[in-house]
Amino acid sequence: MSGQWTPSQRALARAAYRRGRRRRSFLVALASTVVVAVLAFVVLVGSPGWDRAREAFFDPVEFVAVLPAVAQGLWLNLRVWVVAGVIAVVGGLALAVARTTTAPALFPLRAVVTIYIDVFRGVPVLLVLLLVGFGLPALRLPWLPITATFLGTLAIVLTYTAYLAEIFRAGIESVHPSQVAAARALGLTRGQTTRRVVVPQAVRAVTPALLNMIVALQKDSGLISILGAVDAIRAAEIAVSGSYNFTAYVVAGFLFLLISVPLTRLVDAYNARRGGRGVGAAMVGAIR
Amino acid sequence: MTGPTPKPLRPPLLRVAGLRKSFGTNLVLDDLDLDVAEHSCVVLIGASGSGKSTLLRAVDLLEEVDDGVIELRGVDLADPWVDANAARARMGMVFQSYNLFGHMSVLANVTLAPRLVHGRTKEEAEAAAVAMLERVGLGDKITAYPDQLSGGQQQRAAIARALVNGPELLLLDEVTSALDPELVGEVLDLLAELRAEGTTMLVATHEMGFARQAADLVCFLDGGRVLESGPPEQVLGAPEQPRTREFLARLHA
Repeated sequence: MSGQWTPSQRALARAAYRRGRRRRSFLVALASTVVVAVLAFVVLVGSPGWDRAREAFFDPVEFVAVLPAVAQGLWLNLRVWVVAGVIAVVGGLALAVARTTTAPALFPLRAVVTIYIDVFRGVPVLLVLLLVGFGLPALRLPWLPITATFLGTLAIVLTYTAYLAEIFRAGIESVHPSQVAAARALGLTRGQTTRRVVVPQAVRAVTPALLNMIVALQKDSGLISILGAVDAIRAAEIAVSGSYNFTAYVVAGFLFLLISVPLTRLVDAYNARRGGRGVGAAMVGAIR
Repeated sequence: MTGPTPKPLRPPLLRVAGLRKSFGTNLVLDDLDLDVAEHSCVVLIGASGSGKSTLLRAVDLLEEVDDGVIELRGVDLADPWVDANAARARMGMVFQSYNLFGHMSVLANVTLAPRLVHGRTKEEAEAAAVAMLERVGLGDKITAYPDQLSGGQQQRAAIARALVNGPELLLLDEVTSALDPELVGEVLDLLAELRAEGTTMLVATHEMGFARQAADLVCFLDGGRVLESGPPEQVLGAPEQPRTREFLARLHA
């Protein structure tokens, strides 16, 4: 009786009705998309400066000509992104854990960490870049590499470590106290409890926010260009100053999108797979 | 399906027929039939996973069913062209874990639907909510927040939240299962009072004492079907089906 279910006429009629509604929803979505696209096109092409703007920003010949140089620059962005990302994640987690320590002897550590986070979270990235990029070389430390790439990456690491430490701290605080009680009841020390019980759950809780910051970091790697490192943005700047055509900027933007859009979709897919506890809570829509 | 069936003179308030629901390959409701007469109290018993909760959720249109009829006063709510929000507004649902809104006071919980769904003014809604909260014995907890209340108080607030809209049918899903034993009584007493006042209720529960005392009809669910149903003294006192006897024996062991 259960295996061979033949849907009743009633069930078939309902299914047909639902199919009709889905088709209608699709057509409505399609129609509204077409209307918006046409409107956007008319406004853009109808603008008085459209012809000039198209030549200056969307010149196909220029696009092809500057692509290799800008792509070469993007390679630097990607390397900065990976290095800065790894250091900032590890450092941020370490700082967040350091803040949760309770030993009296570690008070100076907690104080320094708190001040560090307050400062670097409160100062604009651009300012940190300028201060690190022009301030550190002034110290004339013989062992310090003073290349633009190194200093730029350092500035980004300093800022993002502070950001990520705050995200991890929010995660640690979101772990329910009963979890700590259960771990301590088993005889685990404070440190063991933090490492084996609290941090794994904290990381899981904040993964969506964390991945969001990693995507943001990929874009902010372009800020090192202001110190003169030849990344995608700087390469585009150089091309623009040579030709007085802005297509190179569009090329750089295009290349950044080429990296960040798939990355964002990947993050969305990951969050959805975690069972809707992240951003894409699809189950909510199931109630008619 | 074969020829016209003569309609009874007084159709039941709720008629469930041929209800089928599966989650993936797991068949939870299997061709289930059930009638709930107006002003009666129907109690669903059965092991975990027998389909009690899914049946209640299906009736309140919180689950989409694969097949079957869910008629409320002759209108089949399972048809997707029926306004589900309007249908749900005519029923009240109380959940096992209360599901009070934690960011709202008790009063705000109880006045939310009257104001948003039933178009009452703030004053009307608050007057009705205060009366209902006094009715369930929470007159002094109106401004409290859910996390300041005991389990029994939270569940009584949840019942007030469902009742204040004047539902035609009250659905109760194991409403005492999350309560400490000494708090179960206060909730069951309230349900017995509502029953005496003629509230139509469909109740899933493990409290056989309540079933014996308050039910007009007890239905034993097994494998997504009503295996046995009848007055409590029959189903609980002298069950015909071996599965029912087994279930009751394990419960009392």
